[in-house]
Amino acid sequence: MRHGSGVRAGKVPFTFNGQAYWGQEGDTLAAALLANGVKVVARSFKYHRPRGIMAAGVEEPCALVTVGDGGRREPNTRATDVFLYPGLVATSQNAWPSLSFDIGAINGRLSGLIPAGFYYKTFFGPPSRWMLYERVIRRAAGLGKAPVEPDPDGYCHRAAFADVLIVGAGPAGLAAACVAAESGARVILLEQDALPGGSLLAHAVSIDGVPGAEWARGMVDRIRAAGGRVLFRTTATGYWDDNFITAVERLAEPGQVPSGPVQCLWKLRCERVILATGALERPLVFAGNDLPGVMLASAAQTYAARYGVAPGQRAVVATSHDAGYRAAFALADVGVAIVAVLDTRSDPVGPLVHAARSRFPVHTDARVLSARGRKGVLVGLEAAIGGGRQTFAADLLAMSGGMSPVLHLHRQAGGALVHDPVRDAYLPGEGRQNHVCVGAATGEGDLATILSDALCRVPVEDPLGAAGAAWPGPVWRQEARGKAFVDFQHDVTTADLALAQREGFVSSEHVKRYTTLGMGTDQGKTGAMVALAQMADLRGVALPEAGLTTFRPPYTPVTMAAFAGTMRGDHAGPIRRLPLAAMHEALGAQWVPAGVWMRPRAYPAPGETIGEASVREARMVRNRVGIVDVSSLAKFEIAGPDALALVLAVCATPVSKLAVGRGRYTVMLREDGMVMDDGTVWRVAHDRWLVTSSTGGAARMARHWTYVRDVLLDGARAAVVDVGERWAGIALAGPSACRVLTGLINAAAPAHMGLVDATIAGVPVRVLAASYSGERAFEIHVAAHRVGPVWQALHAAVVEAGGGVYGLDAMDHLRVEKGHVVIGAEADGRTTPADLGMGGMLRKAGGFVGWQGLMRPALSETAGRRHLVGITALDDEPLPEGAMLVMQIGEEPQGHVTTAAPRIAAGEGAWIGLALLTDGVARHGEIMVAWSPVRDKAVRVWVGPPMFHDPEGVRYRD
Amino acid sequence: MVRIASLAWSRYSALSLLRGAIGGHRHWGRAWRAAEPAPSYDVVVIGGGGHGLATAYYLAAEHGIRRVAVLERGWIGGGNTGRNTTIVRSNYRQPELQRLFEYSLKLWHGLSDELNYNTMFSPRGALFLGHSDADMMRLAERGDAMRAMGLDADLMSPDEVARLVPLLDMSKEARWPIFGGLIQRRGGTARHDAVAWGFARAADALGVDIIENCEVTGFLRDADRVTGVRTTRGDIVAGRTGICVAGNSGHVAGLAGIRLPIESHTLQAWVTEAVKPMIDTVVMSQTLHCYFSQSDKGGIVGGGDPDFFPSYAQRGAPIRLEESIAQAIALVPAFARLRILRTWAGVTDMSFDGSPIIGEMPLPGLYLNGGWCYGGFKATPGSGRLYAHLLATGESHPVAAPFDLARFAQGRTIDEAGAGPMPQNR
Amino acid sequence: MMLIPCPHCGPRVQEEFAYERTLDSVVRLDDGPVTAMSRLYTRANPRGEEIEIWSHVHGCGQWLRLRRDRVTHAISDVEAI
Repeated sequence: MRHGSGVRAGKVPFTFNGQAYWGQEGDTLAAALLANGVKVVARSFKYHRPRGIMAAGVEEPCALVTVGDGGRREPNTRATDVFLYPGLVATSQNAWPSLSFDIGAINGRLSGLIPAGFYYKTFFGPPSRWMLYERVIRRAAGLGKAPVEPDPDGYCHRAAFADVLIVGAGPAGLAAACVAAESGARVILLEQDALPGGSLLAHAVSIDGVPGAEWARGMVDRIRAAGGRVLFRTTATGYWDDNFITAVERLAEPGQVPSGPVQCLWKLRCERVILATGALERPLVFAGNDLPGVMLASAAQTYAARYGVAPGQRAVVATSHDAGYRAAFALADVGVAIVAVLDTRSDPVGPLVHAARSRFPVHTDARVLSARGRKGVLVGLEAAIGGGRQTFAADLLAMSGGMSPVLHLHRQAGGALVHDPVRDAYLPGEGRQNHVCVGAATGEGDLATILSDALCRVPVEDPLGAAGAAWPGPVWRQEARGKAFVDFQHDVTTADLALAQREGFVSSEHVKRYTTLGMGTDQGKTGAMVALAQMADLRGVALPEAGLTTFRPPYTPVTMAAFAGTMRGDHAGPIRRLPLAAMHEALGAQWVPAGVWMRPRAYPAPGETIGEASVREARMVRNRVGIVDVSSLAKFEIAGPDALALVLAVCATPVSKLAVGRGRYTVMLREDGMVMDDGTVWRVAHDRWLVTSSTGGAARMARHWTYVRDVLLDGARAAVVDVGERWAGIALAGPSACRVLTGLINAAAPAHMGLVDATIAGVPVRVLAASYSGERAFEIHVAAHRVGPVWQALHAAVVEAGGGVYGLDAMDHLRVEKGHVVIGAEADGRTTPADLGMGGMLRKAGGFVGWQGLMRPALSETAGRRHLVGITALDDEPLPEGAMLVMQIGEEPQGHVTTAAPRIAAGEGAWIGLALLTDGVARHGEIMVAWSPVRDKAVRVWVGPPMFHDPEGVRYRD
Repeated sequence: MVRIASLAWSRYSALSLLRGAIGGHRHWGRAWRAAEPAPSYDVVVIGGGGHGLATAYYLAAEHGIRRVAVLERGWIGGGNTGRNTTIVRSNYRQPELQRLFEYSLKLWHGLSDELNYNTMFSPRGALFLGHSDADMMRLAERGDAMRAMGLDADLMSPDEVARLVPLLDMSKEARWPIFGGLIQRRGGTARHDAVAWGFARAADALGVDIIENCEVTGFLRDADRVTGVRTTRGDIVAGRTGICVAGNSGHVAGLAGIRLPIESHTLQAWVTEAVKPMIDTVVMSQTLHCYFSQSDKGGIVGGGDPDFFPSYAQRGAPIRLEESIAQAIALVPAFARLRILRTWAGVTDMSFDGSPIIGEMPLPGLYLNGGWCYGGFKATPGSGRLYAHLLATGESHPVAAPFDLARFAQGRTIDEAGAGPMPQNR
Repeated sequence: MMLIPCPHCGPRVQEEFAYERTLDSVVRLDDGPVTAMSRLYTRANPRGEEIEIWSHVHGCGQWLRLRRDRVTHAISDVEAI
């Protein structure tokens, strides 16, 4: 059994590529694979080269596998970032037919033909030819296969507030969190790993007399005891405006069956943020630096010390600085033979170097030239040592080219970066938000300093006597021969960088985009700095001049469903249901979405289509009586001394002379003079008004009313109350409507455009006599929570009168015959009142919103504008709604059919419609074609006025 | 002799790649020169995005005007050219916009050959989804309008949509059930960076100076007339000066004291980790305000609503991402476990009718190409060619004429969405 | 995710608010047509501070005047209208 700071004794079964293995509790998949001697786990993106495990954390560029199956399959999962659970199923990807023999590896042989950006230089010809090549390229590209089944698991969002948020539970983060929590602050500490301690987990150091890992656990206990919240497996992925942090908590591992939600997206609003995000190691650049067996030194150290795994048997450690030596000691502790330590420096000094010299063959002025592989794995390497060359047989090469602070979140927060020439690293500069970086993220390498910076003064002991190890040195550069990689996932080599430089793609953004450097799933965490340094050398400029690419959220990739949270399935978007929804359902309503509302479209009888039902319902209204639910209409009450002034500003029609108890039709304009909405305006009392408008415009009108009051009328004394949802509405229409109403309210029905207050079924109602259908009609408003009995009473009465319910389609058919416009159809946001034949209704003196817009020359002239017209089908077939109006098929359109409807009342033509037609008012009498090329239909139409029924308006009057 | 040979080999082809394979690709030179600014030019184009570079290319290639400079504040193609979701289409409803974007779409179809640069234009089809009978009617109207103007459009039944994009949730119980779609088969995607680089290389070959890291700080004036620009690399005299900096039009016009009907807003986009092919078409839903396609590399690239308020920040609010990603999953449930690799934001040049502005400014000698809102990428070649016509002749091309600056004051706005002046409402 | 300080409700997340326009683009009802269209259709659109009108539409409904930087999103002044 292995021993390490992060593993426990329990055995965990898992499979990789169908083969069963055992790991230990606390293992990552990567650790367990290494412990089982599995070295090749993946194939690379472009050249399909065998790839192993390079890192031990989220920065892993190579070891991408697919984990889980069915709808839980997660492609591109980093083997270093999934902890073992019993039954974990992992498979390698991007390899065919198998991982060990992959046809795609031919790309590696052809690499001379396909350098960076090769696709820009070839595949010419018509786009169809490129699409043939593209099909092949697309199949070869991509990594894992996405699931095809829906994801069975749930995701959630949670919000929290913190006085102090700490990102990272390494030594610096733990110390800062503990101090903050014990001072009484509300603290949240986030750690992407499953354990606290960060670097301490692989570090044979003791703090306060206990091993580092144990000290870390104790700190977590202290933070929690002080009321702090510590979240493991939680990655801060985005740092947004005003200290808003998004973080993703994994409640189950990838592919694992969760007991509740599988992931939680935290939304954290914080007073202060402490970024203790640590540092990541840079690779060395030499030929074959991607061979399985070549590993970051810190990773090798982690596998040895944390997991008790020997990632090889004979190791060479290649480093450019002191900290790399630690890997040698840790590896030796688990029985790895240290063949050599190669230090690029000529005269390294310090306690680690001193300690190493007594145990290992240390070579100075030594750099790896090339790694040699057999059967796809490392077997040896050649190094330049001083003036000579030497080869080593080794199956593990632990490399370290220095460290780069992790400053992604700092940059997302708008923080500056400062290049430190001594460390050859970017360090955090001034922050824009209330945040600070601590620990290794600041470039500090000394543990005692880090802890005392957090006011956490504890004795630190390092058995290697090197607690105060100097910060790693500059990025190590060398001219590499052969394929030397700087982006291990996208197979970007030093040769690609050189090509980009020759071709002028030298700015950091151009390098990235031209070579695809840093665009893999690791987002360049490992290789980007090295690549930028190489590019700086190629250009002969200093590193800062090479620039940096932008750090974009998320820090590590985030599952799409985590963004969506509970916005899935029915909850993907809100649906609003009417107060009477259950009653409509009982009457057999077919629903139709109207914006966010679901409204009854028609109530088909058995065997009836929706179209047939709508015509029946509409005829019922024309001939007898019907009721329709109009509850979703917008309704506003305007009251107060300045109410009239406000109504006058919003409504473009005359209203001041309206008597109490009377109403009229009105339109509201946008400032550009186009019709924004329409409805009716009622004077309920001297200084009290009720204004209705369209369902779809309710939210817009709600804002408009208060905008006009508060901004344009400087806070006029008028209350605006949105009563749209407070009052349900039922329209009662038809020749028998008056009789039905009178029987229910035991009073005289109001005259057309009059209103009365009454009761129906004992419930107070307001009755507005307004007609949309063209028949005598009433709109009955009633408190939404009491609408049920009123509907039932009305329904019983209309049924008794030979009528019934009607839906949205019937309502639409009826209004077309009357030439009433609908917002969104005829009033499409591009029409003025004059275009719709309402120019004469406007107040001549202006003073309403939109009057100035109408004065513009192109709008005050009617010529060339599209006008509302009525059209009657001359052929006996349905008019295609939306069809173009043309003189002859094949000509450019002069207008289009905005709404089509079957004829309900007696009259010419089975189908009629409304249309917008250029210069339409002058063209009544013309015969045109309603042409629908996409539906392969053409219907001859007669153009006339937009009025097909009762043009004198006798039917709706008393 | 040597010179001729090297010229031939600098031309991009499979053969020259093969030659590179033998010679370590050492024969490739710079794709465009790092030009130093000359004291004067016939035309100065401000802005080295796709539109500006295309303008310079067509000035040189079609109007024989080769004393042209493109001034770029940073690196070419670094603004919205490199930040969009690469969709190319002309499926508009308003005839002026149909003519404009179709003019461009035609150019896309021959662009790679014209530039000798593979822009990876992939006419894989641009599909608009309908989620109700009302949606389908609106799509039919759009399709009718397109076909009547000679553009390609086809209405698709749910079965046809399901065959084209098998991973769509076609169930009746879906939150946004799919009733069908409207496809423009000649639409698709292109590689955005390649468009900028291809135009740059071709323009450079014709003698255009592409000057990077050169920010315009003001204008040279002779009374009302604009006679050139002040830059961080000195004054440059110009016969005509064209602003082409969508995203920053307001700022640059402000240097000339001009206020525009343009406000800068943020639009975000996202891309997932690369996976094997899932979606072969560009999928868009206007009802949901959501669109996505799969890049050749394998990432699903998508976006949704803009952030609804002015900003130059190139960063947005996470809620907009959550919404568009949730909608994408609602349409394609198999997206749920893919991981978002990167999100980013661009600064869109939101005009006050949703349509671009290509025209002369109130100051003689100064021209504007901007206001492309969130739809400029697909216009790149057409916009450049029309703008080149304007800058070369001083007259608007008939296709561009309706898009003048005066249309706002005169009431000739071209409002595809019918949403009115306020950019946040469209 | 800006935090907007509503004078009534205190700091609230930007999702509760809606941007309307700049203060200088308010079209008064008594503006003449030319002035009105110039206000409606032109903006300074600065890369920097601008005075803007917002409403706390999903909160108290108050209309606000904000001085906000369009690059940093910092709000330096807010008052109720």
